[in-house]
Amino acid sequence: MKHKISVTVNGAAREAEVESRLLLVHFIRENLRLTGTHVGCDTSHCGVCTVRLDGEPVKSCTVLAVQADGRKVSTVEGLEQGGKLHAVQEAFTEKHALQCGFCTPGMLMTCSALLERNRKPSEQQIREAISGNLCRCTGYQNIVKAVQYAAEKLP
Amino acid sequence: MKTDAKICGMGHSMKRKEDPRFIRGKGNYVDDIQLPGMLYMDIVRSPYAHAKIKKIDTSAALKIPGVLAVIDGPTLEKYKLHWMPTISADTQMVLPIDEVMYVAQEVCAVIATERYIAADGADAVEVEYEPLPVMVDPLKSIAPGAPVLRKDKKDKKDNLAFHWEAGDRGACDNALAKSDVVASQFVYLPRIHVASMETCGCVADFNSAEGKLTVYMTTQAPHAVRTVFALVAGHVGLSEERIRIVSPDIGGGFGGKVPVYPGYVIAVAASVVIGKPIKWIEDRMENLQADSFARDYHMKVELGANKDGTMTALRIKTIADHGYTNASANPMKYPAGLFSICTGAYDLKHAFCEVDAVYTHKPPGGVAYRCSFRVTEAAHAIERVVDVLAQKLKMDPVELRMKNFIPTERFPYKSVLGWEYDSGNYPAALKKAMDIIGYEALRREQKEKRSRGELMGIGVCSFVEIVGAGPSKDFDILGLKMFDSAEIRVHPTGKALARFGTKSQGQGHETTYAQIIAEELGIPASDIQVEEGDTDTAPYGLGTYASRSTPTSGAAAALAARKIRAKAKTLAAHLLECSEADLDWVPGKFFVKGVPDKAKTIQECAFAAYTNMPQGMEPGMEATHYYDPPNLTFPFGSYICVVDIDRGTGEVKVRRFVAVDDCGNIINPMIVEGQIHGGLAQGVGPALYEEIGYDEDGNVFGGSFLDYYVPTALECPKWETDKTITPSPHHPFGAKGVGESATVGAPPAIANAVVDALSHLGVTHVDIPITPEKVWQLLRKAGAAE
Repeated sequence: MKHKISVTVNGAAREAEVESRLLLVHFIRENLRLTGTHVGCDTSHCGVCTVRLDGEPVKSCTVLAVQADGRKVSTVEGLEQGGKLHAVQEAFTEKHALQCGFCTPGMLMTCSALLERNRKPSEQQIREAISGNLCRCTGYQNIVKAVQYAAEKLP
Repeated sequence: MKTDAKICGMGHSMKRKEDPRFIRGKGNYVDDIQLPGMLYMDIVRSPYAHAKIKKIDTSAALKIPGVLAVIDGPTLEKYKLHWMPTISADTQMVLPIDEVMYVAQEVCAVIATERYIAADGADAVEVEYEPLPVMVDPLKSIAPGAPVLRKDKKDKKDNLAFHWEAGDRGACDNALAKSDVVASQFVYLPRIHVASMETCGCVADFNSAEGKLTVYMTTQAPHAVRTVFALVAGHVGLSEERIRIVSPDIGGGFGGKVPVYPGYVIAVAASVVIGKPIKWIEDRMENLQADSFARDYHMKVELGANKDGTMTALRIKTIADHGYTNASANPMKYPAGLFSICTGAYDLKHAFCEVDAVYTHKPPGGVAYRCSFRVTEAAHAIERVVDVLAQKLKMDPVELRMKNFIPTERFPYKSVLGWEYDSGNYPAALKKAMDIIGYEALRREQKEKRSRGELMGIGVCSFVEIVGAGPSKDFDILGLKMFDSAEIRVHPTGKALARFGTKSQGQGHETTYAQIIAEELGIPASDIQVEEGDTDTAPYGLGTYASRSTPTSGAAAALAARKIRAKAKTLAAHLLECSEADLDWVPGKFFVKGVPDKAKTIQECAFAAYTNMPQGMEPGMEATHYYDPPNLTFPFGSYICVVDIDRGTGEVKVRRFVAVDDCGNIINPMIVEGQIHGGLAQGVGPALYEEIGYDEDGNVFGGSFLDYYVPTALECPKWETDKTITPSPHHPFGAKGVGESATVGAPPAIANAVVDALSHLGVTHVDIPITPEKVWQLLRKAGAAE
C-alpha cells in the first residue's frame, strides 16, 4: 500500500508516494538522493543514520518514512547554511574528529542537537550524548574535543 | 628542519584534505553509487553450521513482481565459478552445490529491481536442509580420528589447514628444561570482528558491448582483486585489461575488506549473466556473521628464566581455528603471518613457536582486526607471560622488562627467530610512559587501596610491531610481490597529481602523501591532488593493510619525487645558465651557491619542462617508482594503564591509559595521534567487550550490534599519548608505520592491569574479553566478591 507524504527536508518541501514499510533512511538516501546519511547496522545501535526529526536526533533506520509525514527532517546536507559551515562541521576538521567519515554525518547531527540544548556541555555530558553513535576510527577523544571547540565558537 | 607552513611538508599537522567532503555528507561510498538500470542482490544464508542441501525451491520467490532471477550453486557451476581461491591459496565455495559448512554461509542470491523486493525474494526462497554433525571445537577437530571436514579436498585425511613453525625446537626445549623457573600459561584470543562502520558491498557493472567489467567495491587491495578476478574468471572471458576495480571512499577497513567474499563474485557473475549493473550491500548481521574473522588462537606459552630474572627461552604452541577455510591475508611464505615476532622487545637466546591451523564448521577465519599478520597474538602471548613470570619471581613487571630489553646499542638486532629489527630504544619509551603516568605513586596508591580492600591494577606492555610488508624476496600474496607504488605528474603550472597502489580507508593518505611530496619537491601540499583506488589509473600495488602504506607507497612517493627533483635540477641549470654542480636546493627552489637571489622555483622548472626544455631532454615532468623495501620496519611502544574493579559487579573501568609510541619520523602528528586513539579504542574493545562465540551447534553469539559490543565514548577513557622518535635507518625518510600499533599494544596492557589488580587473590591470568562475569567469578572463587 502506498501513502502520500509531505516532509520538509532541510527546509524544502518534498512530496512522495511511499510504501508503508519504507524506512526514513531509505527515503532520504534513495528517493531524495541525499546520500550523506548512512546505514550501519539496521538495528538502531550504531547511529550512523542519525538525522533530526523536528529537531530531535533520531536513528532514521528505525523510523518509517510515513512517520515523518508533515514533519521537518534535517540531514547533514542541511548543516551548511548560505555557504557557511556549521560550527560542529568546522570543529570536526579542526580537531581531527573524523577519519573514514562514515559515522561523521550522524555524529554531526547528534552533536549539533546537543549544542542546541546544552551550550556548554561537560566532557561527560558529551560522551553520554554521543554514546548512541559508534565510531570505529577515532577513539572518540577528538570528537569530544571538537564539540568543546564548537561550543566555544558558537555565537 | 620543517618546511614552512605554506609548503606543509613532513611534521606539519596539516588539516585533512579529505575532510571537506566528509563533513558535508558528500563522500562517495559504495552504497551511494547509483547506475542506470541497476538491480539489487540479496543473499539467502544457511541457518545450519553443517547440512546437506536437499532442495532449493525458488518458485515462490520468482513469482514476486520485480524478482528477476535466483542464482544458486548449479547456476555458477555452469560457468565453473562455484568455487574460488582464498588469498591464502586455500579454496572456498562461492555458492554451494549440495552442502553448507557454516552458519550464514551464502546459499543462493536473489536479483530484483529494488532493494526491498530482493529482500522479499530472499525470504521467499525455500531451502530444504538435512542437518549433519557439527565440529566447532578446534581441539577436537585436530584430534586423530576426527571426521574429515574438507571432503572436497582429494586425499585429505585430517582437518589440518597447515602446520608452520619457526626456531630451533630442540635447543629451545633444552634451554627451557635448564631454566630455574618457567612461567607457563594458556592464552586464548577469541574470534573478533573488525566491524567497520560501513559493511562490505559492491556494484558490479558488466558492459557487454565493450566486454568490460567495472566493479565498485569495498576493497583495501583493488589491484590484487583485479588480478585475482582475471586469474579465476579468465575462462569466462574476463581479461585483466577489461577489468576495472574502483575502490571508492571506504567506511573503515581494518583488514576486513582485504578478502574477496562470495557476495562480490556472485554480483559479478550476475551482472555478466543478466547484463545489468548489480548492487550488493551486506547488512550488519551478514557482515558480523559471515565475513572473515580475526584471531581465534589457542596458545600455550612458556617463558623460562634464571632466578635473577634473565629470560632464557620462549616456546609457544598454537592451535588456530581457521573455520571452514584458510582465508588469511598472509604472505604465502608466512601462513601464520609474522607470529615469530613473539620474542617481542626481549633479548632471548632461544625460542620456538609453532601453529597448527585447523578447519571447523565456522565462517572463514584468519583475517585482520587492525593487525593483519598475527602480531597482536604474538604480542599478547609474550606480554602476558612476562607478567606471569614477574609474578612468579615476585619482581615488578617494569623491572623484569627493563632487565631483558634488547639493549639499544644492539640495533639493528637479529632476533633468534630470524627478524632483523631495524631500530629501537625500548627503555626510553617505557621510562617515558612511567614518568607520564607517575608509576611509583600509582604503586603506592595501589598498596593503600589494597589495604582498604579496593581493587586497582596497573598494567604494562612494551610491544614491538613488525610492518611494511614487504621485501620481495620473502613476501608475496598469491605470487604477487608485496612492493608498492607511486606515480607523480607535475603539471606545467607547478601543481601535481599523484597516484598510488594503496587505498586509504580513513588513514588520511590524500593529506599525508601530499605532505611527503611537498617535503621532497617544495610544491605546497595543498597543490597536490592524491588519488587511489581506481585500477584503470593508479599504478599497481598490493593495497593498504598491515600498516604498510607509509613504509611502501610512502617510500615510493619520496623516491618518485626525488626523480622529479633531479630533472628539475637539470632544468634549473638550463634556465640559470650554470652547471648543476653550482646549484643548491632548499624546499621549493634551486639557487646558485652563494647567490640566493639567482634561483628558479620548482614551479618555474615545471613550466620549463613543458615550454623550454634543453635540447634533447624528454619533455614533461613525471615519475613513477615501485618500491621494494629492503626490510620490514619495527615500530614499538610502551603502554601503561590503570584499572579499577567493582567488587560487586566485576566491572573493569579503565581509569587512565598512557601510550608512548615510536613510529620513526612522523609525516603528520595530528593524523598519527588520531591513528593511535583509534587503535587504542580497538584495543579496549577486544580486551573488555568483543567476542564472536559459538554454541556446540555452530550457532553464533555476537552476530549483531546487540551482542557484539563495540565500545562507545563512555567505555573509552581519555587517552594520554606521547612519543619517542627512533627513525628507521632503511626507509627513505625514516618512517615506520603506525596504524596498527595501538591495537597490538593495548589489550595486553589492560589484561595485565586486571591481573595486577587481582594478583594478591592468587589470580595469574584471565583471557580476554575480560567481561564483568569473568572477573566476578574470579572474585567469588577467591571469596572477594562483594
